[in-house]
Amino acid sequence: MNPDKQTFTLDGKTIPFCNGQTIIQAAMDAGEYIPHLCFNPEFKPHGSCKLCTVKADGRTTASCTQFAQDGMVVESNTKEINDERRVLLQMLFVEGNHFCPSCEKSGNCQLQATAYELNMMSPHFDQFFPDRPLDASHPEYFLDLNRCILCSLCVRASRDVDGKNVFALSGRGIKSHVIVNAQSGQLGDTDFAGDDKAAQVCPVGVILKKRVGFSVPIGKRSFDEQPISATPHPVVKEA
Amino acid sequence: MSTTLETATNPENLRRVAIDPVSRVEGHGKVTILLDDKNKVHQVRLHIVEFRGFEKFIQGRPYWEVPVMVQRLCGICPVSHHLAASKALDAIVGAKHLTPTAEKIRRLMHYGQIFQSHALHFFHLCSPDLLFGFDSDVSRRNIVGVAEKYPETAKRGVLMRKFGQEVIRHTAGKRVHGTGAVPGGVNKSLTIAERDELLKGIYQMVAWSRDAVHMIKELHHQNPELYNSFGAFRANFMSMVGYDGGLDLYHGTLRGRDENGNIMFDGVDYRNYTDLIGEEVKNWSYMKFPYLKSLGKEKGWYRVGPLSRVQNCDFIPTPLAEIERREFVAYSGVMPMHAPLGYHWARMIEMLHAAEMIKDLLHDDAITGSELMTSGVRGIEGVGVIEAPRGTLIHHYRVDENDLVTMCNLIVSTTHNNQAMNEAVRRVAQQYLNGHEITEGLLNHIEVAVRAFDPCLSCATHALGKMPLEVEVLNEAGEQLSSLSRSAEGVVCSLN
Repeated sequence: MNPDKQTFTLDGKTIPFCNGQTIIQAAMDAGEYIPHLCFNPEFKPHGSCKLCTVKADGRTTASCTQFAQDGMVVESNTKEINDERRVLLQMLFVEGNHFCPSCEKSGNCQLQATAYELNMMSPHFDQFFPDRPLDASHPEYFLDLNRCILCSLCVRASRDVDGKNVFALSGRGIKSHVIVNAQSGQLGDTDFAGDDKAAQVCPVGVILKKRVGFSVPIGKRSFDEQPISATPHPVVKEA
Repeated sequence: MSTTLETATNPENLRRVAIDPVSRVEGHGKVTILLDDKNKVHQVRLHIVEFRGFEKFIQGRPYWEVPVMVQRLCGICPVSHHLAASKALDAIVGAKHLTPTAEKIRRLMHYGQIFQSHALHFFHLCSPDLLFGFDSDVSRRNIVGVAEKYPETAKRGVLMRKFGQEVIRHTAGKRVHGTGAVPGGVNKSLTIAERDELLKGIYQMVAWSRDAVHMIKELHHQNPELYNSFGAFRANFMSMVGYDGGLDLYHGTLRGRDENGNIMFDGVDYRNYTDLIGEEVKNWSYMKFPYLKSLGKEKGWYRVGPLSRVQNCDFIPTPLAEIERREFVAYSGVMPMHAPLGYHWARMIEMLHAAEMIKDLLHDDAITGSELMTSGVRGIEGVGVIEAPRGTLIHHYRVDENDLVTMCNLIVSTTHNNQAMNEAVRRVAQQYLNGHEITEGLLNHIEVAVRAFDPCLSCATHALGKMPLEVEVLNEAGEQLSSLSRSAEGVVCSLN
């Protein structure tokens, strides 16, 4: 086996990869889009959102945790898999309070963009309408936990890059939620700072810089210009 | 001024006729009428079942979300809420004076809103009544009927509304529920291409607007008895006027006149609106009844909107609309015009003014500028007032040290006009229902009176001539004696 010429097929396209790469990493390097939310190529995979589920040699698996193998046949953009991804998205929407019409992340939100990509036309399920707090105690940033999808990217960024452990997941099952590392439970009482990596990674509208709001006009937001599938590594615009 | 039909002396012996629902965008409304054995009207009430949840659930949200969130109050005039909230929140970010680009982009957005809303109201919703007659064949009394008999009029209505929507799109990013205004300014100016696209159409819009004024004026002249008396009642006026006394729909001070046209107050800083206006709660309506505190609850109610604005200002600062204003005032004579149908005439004068303002702004280089935002000393409280298409709109917010809204108070134009709309409905009931058997055409007379005030309400009630209605006649025991229904398809039938 020549390690420099290892390939697998993704929906019939030949994708080269290196030893140790996962399916989604190799696909991204090749410019191919596999829907995902909790995966960010800068961080160790978490495998929790399951949006990146594919069929590899007929077996269902998360493409962010499954290593690519030479000759593997991977199916991703099929009706069956996209139908299941759409259900996952619908569950994420109803478990939180995602009010896109008044959300300042609208147009820059990976959850919203992925829902558009997968033609999610309605939440389908009954809304949970959970009672979640908004933490505006920090002078420069605020947390709107209504929009949290528990991707844990903030947890990983704060721990692995910032070395601060500002964020953590607490609770179990449907009661899982993000907490911050302060006795008061308030972001303003942590050592969180605006230049932390954790301030930049939220794929939805939970960790937001204050007083930015709707300063980017409609038409100039990340996913106004191109769908998320054309942006394998989403770069969300800062105002 | 009169409120004599608000409460019957002995309601227990009267039959109750209910028009329910008089549906509308922001909720439901109904008209209830109490009649005696001879069908004499003893009590008429317009009930607006309005859910004002926004004032509550905006609390605890970051202030910069507010202009985008509160505009969801309405699908017809979201720009008005968007701008009133932005004006209020300018005070929070300390923006005492916007940049010229921001001020003019906001004004352009606002005049686009006035233009499209007035066009929608007049051509789509009211012209069927005015052109065919209030009790004409219901199957033709809609915009499709207008398009068949008056195709040029219908076409102009559609294209004028479209133009206004395009102005909004270029300034706010979307035709409905955009994001253009932000606390302290705007998030975009016009590109040269956007400006040039609008310039291509604006001269036609000015010409068509003038034709529309002439059309409604002609209707008044053809049938002055109807137009001057239909639902007419005397009332105070209130509106915002510019600092120079001219018509200014975006910014200025509050002025009020009594029913004889005499100025009661002028130059009132709208930030002090709570000193001027109180709100009364009545146990039969979910909507409050605002009143001028100086006159008290009984005599202090007033009317807002085009009929007030055009008669309240000293002049209109655009030439063609000013000519029409003078003719309107001359037609009224010494006393102000109080007839509800005068709203349509005044509304068309405002539409012409909006078209002229858009034209002027499109020739102003500031609208393509790049200085969009300003800020200053942080504030904790802000009041924003704007003249929305259907009247004075007040937004008031308080914000805490963490940037979250702690208080929100909204007084929308429909609320200001609550008592006035009730009076108009009572007059129409007295004029047309007294002693008569109820018919669909008579029901529509009541709708015509409501429709003259408030497109937010009338748009839903009219529903392009397909408003579903049910009228029930009950005896004193609450038992149904007879009923009449009109389906969404416009079919009228007896339910018994």
